[in-house]
Amino acid sequence: MKFLKFFIVGILFGIVMTKAEIISWYRIYEMFKFQSFHMYGIIGSAVVLGMVSMFLFRKNMIKTFEGQEIHVAPKKRGVYRNLLGGILFGLGWALAGACPGPMFVLIGKGVVSILVVILGSILGTFCYGMVKDKIPH
Amino acid sequence: MEFISQPWPWFVAGPIIAAITFLLFYFGKRFGVSSNLETLCSIAGAGRFTDYFKIDWKQNTWNLIFIAGAIAGGFIATHWFSPTQIVELNPQTIQDLSEIGIQNAGATYLPDEIFSIETMLSLKGFFILIVAGFMVGFGARWAGGCTSGHAIVGLSNLEIPSLISVIGFFIGGLIMTWLILPLIF
Repeated sequence: MKFLKFFIVGILFGIVMTKAEIISWYRIYEMFKFQSFHMYGIIGSAVVLGMVSMFLFRKNMIKTFEGQEIHVAPKKRGVYRNLLGGILFGLGWALAGACPGPMFVLIGKGVVSILVVILGSILGTFCYGMVKDKIPH
Repeated sequence: MEFISQPWPWFVAGPIIAAITFLLFYFGKRFGVSSNLETLCSIAGAGRFTDYFKIDWKQNTWNLIFIAGAIAGGFIATHWFSPTQIVELNPQTIQDLSEIGIQNAGATYLPDEIFSIETMLSLKGFFILIVAGFMVGFGARWAGGCTSGHAIVGLSNLEIPSLISVIGFFIGGLIMTWLILPLIF
């Protein structure tokens, strides 16, 4: 039962990704063409509201449901890893028109070919694990 | 019900995504979808090849459950809340896509030129799908996160690595959209 809440939040995520058309290839294309405000509005408003949550966590005004402090662990630093990894990710994002979240939601939509994209992303993850000590971070 | 069956505008979707991020923190977790790809590698036995995948993946079970929910959510929204598959696009976007070889833009969520079964079964089509996924998977692990972990959570938390990563996402996305996509179809 302790996992049920994650399943429910996941359902909400899948519904909002679908209903706001974030899983549409075209919404990603138009974002990179600067032809619509839609995706900028979504990411921008999520980030601004996220900042409010982070502030409340940092001030310890909100704890987890089990009463623990919420500590947001910082991401790994490294200009090469963030920039080069980010560029490679962006190339894939704009070609597939989907980042990892939407890829999974598209399975639920019944898009068979997205399974090939997901297979590719698992392969990419595996290859990163194999060569990570040989590439700049 | 009228509202639910309409496409949701950004000012509805953005706050819901912020709420999802908040709820995961409240449950003691950090929102990040691409970590699941690493977990799937570990489950498949990638730890035999490199220590990088020798992790106790059971601690990430919650995230796999989250993704299972996302798949269910995609099914529910598609079958019960979406009377139409049409994506309303800027006429300029439709014209630009037509010029690079993608027709009927917005008639469905995804272009047939990339995602139809026939395309998937062609050598070129299969190659495009797998390479696109490969770049997303490799890039996400290299950068240390994807749109959820870096663009949503990382930027909210004012993290410099996330800002650099998001700048990278845009450099890559702009190169693909403006320079490479016109050459593919």
